[in-house]
Amino acid sequence: MRGKQPFETVVSRHGATVLRVCRALLGAVDADDAWSDTFLSALQAYPELAEGANVEAWLVTIAHRKAVDLLRRSNRRTEFSRPGVTVDGALSPTTDDVAGPTSRDLDLVRSLAALPEKQRFAVVYHYLVGLPYREVAAIIGGSAEAARRAASDGVAKLRTAKGAAE
Amino acid sequence: MTSQHESAVTAGLVTLAPPPTPQELAVLHARLLEGAELAGLVDVAYRTLDTPVGVLLLAATPAGLVRVAYEREGTDAVLGELATRVSPRILEAPGRLDITARQLEEYFARRRRHFEVPLDMTLSSGFRRMVLGYLPNIAYGHTASYGAVAAAVDNPKAVRAVGTACATNPLPLVIPCHRVIRSDGVTGAYRGGAEAKRQLLRLEAAG
Repeated sequence: MRGKQPFETVVSRHGATVLRVCRALLGAVDADDAWSDTFLSALQAYPELAEGANVEAWLVTIAHRKAVDLLRRSNRRTEFSRPGVTVDGALSPTTDDVAGPTSRDLDLVRSLAALPEKQRFAVVYHYLVGLPYREVAAIIGGSAEAARRAASDGVAKLRTAKGAAE
Repeated sequence: MTSQHESAVTAGLVTLAPPPTPQELAVLHARLLEGAELAGLVDVAYRTLDTPVGVLLLAATPAGLVRVAYEREGTDAVLGELATRVSPRILEAPGRLDITARQLEEYFARRRRHFEVPLDMTLSSGFRRMVLGYLPNIAYGHTASYGAVAAAVDNPKAVRAVGTACATNPLPLVIPCHRVIRSDGVTGAYRGGAEAKRQLLRLEAAG
């Protein structure tokens, strides 16, 4: 049986995915903090992780908890997640960048932030990370079927928002 | 229809959270390393070093230098062994190996004849460890036969076991197993390859 990978390998293999999750959920500035906190916690707990465990799902689970903590802690975020509130630039690092996302992308940023949390998490974990609904459910709670519904409802809303913007 | 819209959303998510650049990840890695060192979570630190005998991998625990590996041993294999036998909390952390790297550079520049860094002998035990403990007694520029080393550790019949101890030395170069050669004068096997061993003996002979 193969032993556990060195943690450096875990960072190089999954660092990019975890950062994308943090950025999609929190925006660029908080994403860096969440990324560091996630990998620091993961490093601490790593020797106890079962061999053969899905390392990516495990990391996303930790990142999820960090993101939830950060979202709860900040009033700014509560306002921010309310529909119709102007994006303050925290979600996208390139808001002011002319070479950055197009207005349609920014609409998606707003739309994603406007989704109910459960749908937002389900969309990011299933569509961005590619985790199966079983793993998504283990992270956000509830059944795999509920996770599938949340992702599907979330995508439907994003689709509507996207359509309205076009 | 649905899958078409879904892929449009997925494509949107990719734009929203594009793959980070290597530079962005390097900055985050540095930050992680800093936090991990502060929290005492780096059980094994490592770095690589370019030398005349190839790229060496150096690894240290808080107790000291635990492994020196030659390129031919394979980075993945060496780090995998450390993960299993020492701890999987392994990070690339060059700073912790600066002193070792500097001493090795001095050695290759013939400005150093022995190493002064703390050693962690975790990867060696029993008779092998006893043999390795003896090897620093063979001075720079000198050699000893496997048989002579066996006799020196009070086990004159254990010539083959001395050979095994040298062949599995976790700290080649720093613990000078390259100075142990066959009694017929043939250089003999070496973890870094016979050519590396000859190269080191030539370097020391010129010293």
